Amino acid sequence: MSETILAVRDLSKRFGPLFAVNDVTLEVARGEKLGIIGPNGSGKTTLINCITGVLRPDRGAVVFDGKDVSSWPAYRRARLGMARSFQIPRPFVGITVLENVRVPLDYVHRPHDAAVRARELLSLVGLEGRADHPAEALTHLELRKLELARALAAEPRLLIADEVMAGLAQSEIDEVLETLFVLNNQGVTVVMIEHIMHAIMRFSRRLICMETGRIIADGAPQDVGKDPEVRRVYFGK
Amino acid sequence: MKTRYFVPASIVVLILGAVAPRIVGNGYVFYAGFIALQYVVIATAWNILGGYAGFVNFGSGAFVGVGVYAAVFLFNALHAPLWGQILGAACVGGLLGLGMGYLTLRIQGVYFSIGTLALTTVVSTVIVNWSFVGAARGATVMAPHPKIWFPDVVSYVFFAMLTMAVLSVAIARWIERSWIGRGLAAIRADGSAAECAGVPTLKLKLLAATISGALLATAGAPYPYYASYVEPDAAFSINYALNALAMPLIGGTRNWTGPVIGALLLSGVEQAATVTIPSEINLLIVGLVLIGFVALAPDGLLGLASQAIAWGRRR
Repeated sequence: MSETILAVRDLSKRFGPLFAVNDVTLEVARGEKLGIIGPNGSGKTTLINCITGVLRPDRGAVVFDGKDVSSWPAYRRARLGMARSFQIPRPFVGITVLENVRVPLDYVHRPHDAAVRARELLSLVGLEGRADHPAEALTHLELRKLELARALAAEPRLLIADEVMAGLAQSEIDEVLETLFVLNNQGVTVVMIEHIMHAIMRFSRRLICMETGRIIADGAPQDVGKDPEVRRVYFGK
Repeated sequence: MKTRYFVPASIVVLILGAVAPRIVGNGYVFYAGFIALQYVVIATAWNILGGYAGFVNFGSGAFVGVGVYAAVFLFNALHAPLWGQILGAACVGGLLGLGMGYLTLRIQGVYFSIGTLALTTVVSTVIVNWSFVGAARGATVMAPHPKIWFPDVVSYVFFAMLTMAVLSVAIARWIERSWIGRGLAAIRADGSAAECAGVPTLKLKLLAATISGALLATAGAPYPYYASYVEPDAAFSINYALNALAMPLIGGTRNWTGPVIGALLLSGVEQAATVTIPSEINLLIVGLVLIGFVALAPDGLLGLASQAIAWGRRR
């Protein structure tokens, strides 16, 4: 299980004079439950954008499943088994909730029973009652669930969940965590970015803390939580 | 409309279009009908890229004009029959769409639209300086009398345009309901989220631009036979560019019925108006109606209709 599924090497991305991600090197093992924390603007989402191909890094390499995908467009990375949710939900407005979930099904795996699969995924996240509504009719919370359903539809080997739980009620957080645990048991590597500390502490087996584009701590969640540097930048103590 | 109704309905329409010239004596019906059907093709073709994928093409005039002149060229050079001219126009239009897409589809929104606007000027400049197709003087095309069935050239090109209209609506409808349509809708909503869901956005946009360009050109191809005389100003008219986007926006861009409704409406109004008011005012009216719809009813008549239905249910 210690085989590496994702390796990020010396990755940097700058916006003007600002290094959003500064020389980050990171390895994620197959089947791992990795949490990423860090204050707002510390570069977590930019790192994810570089890994998934939404942004091109200025320097560095991304290796996924043994393949150097650094120059690949995002859709090819998705087809290789990378899926993500977006921190700010980005639904496909103008089509129904069900069709939203059909898109990754159509373009990643093309299962013969795509219509059935799409409905299953919606009931998994509790959106089955909204299947035939246009995506723009959903509430913000429902949009977060749709983000998760769309990411799951790609049947990824690596799932990057960027704040999927923000704003959810405790019972819903438990449901999402349960879903992620089940997926992880099936062999899906999960990278979770989250501000809800108890959720991320419960879920991850390894925790990374980022600050101004760098990884400042990497280890067991309890140890990272106690790290004085982490406490200073993240908890303000 | 369900497929089991759509297919028989299309066949019935084609049969009626083929039979009508032998029954209806009034040639004006086919003169006016040709324009209405040409508008249906143009609106439907434009909507594949503009409505489904959300890339507003201001260069429809270039594609229609290229279709007109591909037909003139094939007629002059090879005496190609009408179906050969249409096929040739589709190929040239598709290639032009692919080329335009390759150069411009990476840029976003309004920049793309401005790029397409320039295309019309570029293409018409080429034609104006190409004497084989008549250059600025224009070209006269004397269509041979149809060999079979049809009593005259006008009803023959009317039927050709009807076939193209049915074909383009069928293509648009198929795209809309297939994985291609869902992919294009995803691109329209959010390009990078679509990529992350596995959608090859550039390839799909190029596909939409190619199909749209090919169909737009076929709308121009039968025109030389219809009018017997073509000149660059008419073939690359700004009217095509304006109407192409006005019709889907008036009808509704989300599904195939919108452009058809918009096309029939606009051509109907135009036919009524050309008899009574000058064409410049006509253009002004279309422009004003377009602004009105964009500002007040961005989802077109179909959007208004579904809003009205929803409102009625709530009461």
